Amino acid sequence: MHIVVCAKQIPDPETPPSAFKIDAATNKVVPAQGIAPVLSQFDGIAAEAALRIREAGGEGKVTVISMGAESAQAAIKQVLAMGADEGVLLNDPAFEDGDSHTTAKVLSAAIKNLGDVDAVFCGRQSADWDMGQVGLLIAENLGWPAAIIAKGVELDGAQLKVQRVLSDGFESVEVPFPAVVTVSNEFGEPRYPKLPQIMAAAKKTVTNLKAADLGLDAADVGKAGSRLQLQKLALPEKGEKVEFIEGDTPEAQAATLVARLKADKLI
Amino acid sequence: MPHNILVVGELQDGALNPTTLELLGGASGLAGGGNVSVALLGSGASAAAAQATGAGKAFVSDDAAYDTFRGEQWLPAVQAAVEQSGADLVLMAQSTAGRELGPRLAFRLDTAVAMDAVKIEDVGGALQFTRPAYGGNALATYTMATTPAIATVRAKSFDPVEGGSAPSETAELPAAGESRVNVTGKEVTEAAGLAITDAPIVVSGGRGLGAPEGFETLKELAGAIGRERAAVGASRAAVDLGWFPPSEQVGLTGKVVSPDLYIAIAISGASQHMAGCSGAKTIVAVNRDKDANIFGFSKYGIVGDWKAVVPALIAEFKKG
Repeated sequence: MHIVVCAKQIPDPETPPSAFKIDAATNKVVPAQGIAPVLSQFDGIAAEAALRIREAGGEGKVTVISMGAESAQAAIKQVLAMGADEGVLLNDPAFEDGDSHTTAKVLSAAIKNLGDVDAVFCGRQSADWDMGQVGLLIAENLGWPAAIIAKGVELDGAQLKVQRVLSDGFESVEVPFPAVVTVSNEFGEPRYPKLPQIMAAAKKTVTNLKAADLGLDAADVGKAGSRLQLQKLALPEKGEKVEFIEGDTPEAQAATLVARLKADKLI
Repeated sequence: MPHNILVVGELQDGALNPTTLELLGGASGLAGGGNVSVALLGSGASAAAAQATGAGKAFVSDDAAYDTFRGEQWLPAVQAAVEQSGADLVLMAQSTAGRELGPRLAFRLDTAVAMDAVKIEDVGGALQFTRPAYGGNALATYTMATTPAIATVRAKSFDPVEGGSAPSETAELPAAGESRVNVTGKEVTEAAGLAITDAPIVVSGGRGLGAPEGFETLKELAGAIGRERAAVGASRAAVDLGWFPPSEQVGLTGKVVSPDLYIAIAISGASQHMAGCSGAKTIVAVNRDKDANIFGFSKYGIVGDWKAVVPALIAEFKKG
């Protein structure tokens, strides 16, 4: 059993809104000072799901792949510290400023390059662009079935049993290998690596691959190959100014609030 | 510029669901003299097509195998509808189905999709798609280099279609094929009665409630307001702690609500939560932290312990 986990490094989503800034000239987020980028939360959960499958199967290999800058090594190391065996970093200027289509193309080429992969686990969406496309596009590129937005994944012989989150409840599905699974926050928290595991991760192999190593033409990836063209990235309009309801007791505050809501014809 | 638009609709109890009516409304506004069509799959599709006012043509299959959404079965039918309709814009909901269909259809048609669009505009003939990014901290506007353009649209982004005549032409889509993904069961957790997406008043709770029992108090509050008008929702933090079902989650990865009144109890107001409720006409927040992000979006706020404030609110609402 060989499972690939796709991992992305992103600006910390917990960055306070006051520190979230956009450079209007480049349409890019300005990295908040003193706040390090992090592994996208959903990808950490996907790694947890993959590791549990390997542990349930008793054997196998988990490879973590990240497309990104040299700094994405940190995201790879984090998944290696959780227990993944090997890492692949796809760092090439040609890959920069792509869309979901080009990202999936590069990741799919790297997965094919590994050769013997049984499953690909991704987060349900990256916690920066929130598209939720890459896992499905990898499935399309590879011609594999996909089960998305999983809250539970179990190994069942030659297939995976996946519990999916739907808008009105849950659905149980069976997917044969090889397959793509995207994992949602309802799955639960990823494990927290301890110091010895972090030390061990430093010794694990991380392979660096570029477009040419994967037989990819620079014109088909990154910004050059993108179909979705970002015209503008802007801050949403600010909300209204709050009126704090004062009062000596909660009862007095409640009475004032309900009176306001009645006056506004909301109640 | 005229656009030929295909709306990929969804059925609910044999009728068009509310989001499909919104997509038809949006399509009527964007078509600019072009053709609007609708694709409907599943039992009762041909009958429900009559409700698709504003669409000239309906592509349907009544095959009951489509009733449970399976991406691999829906894709060939939707692709056929796109190709036969000659659409240069395909609209679908940001729903369980749309989340899967959008990217896969884009791949198969060699084009792109804007996921979770909240605004679509024709700017000098070029379609522009605006969608929240960075958990709602930013709004990103895109154009597409390829056609047809595809968008999955967030609920309540368009007003529902009003008036117009039913489709005058119907074309049959193929019956469902095989799916490698085998659906073995379904559990509905959505609360019976008023859905949070339909309720004019939503009371939501967050991690600050401290324990799942807090939601019992919120249900009491909804009851005091009137259960025929008020529903109870939850933040992702509370759902992840297992305090409330994901089907009642408000936020980027949950449901989008736009009630007249949204009462946020012990919710900090993370951007991903605000992405699900910022369409509310009025937001009221109760939080212990006067600097909580939620107050930046609220008309009225009470700084205090919900355990003291909410019972007082319940008593006040019960006075009528």
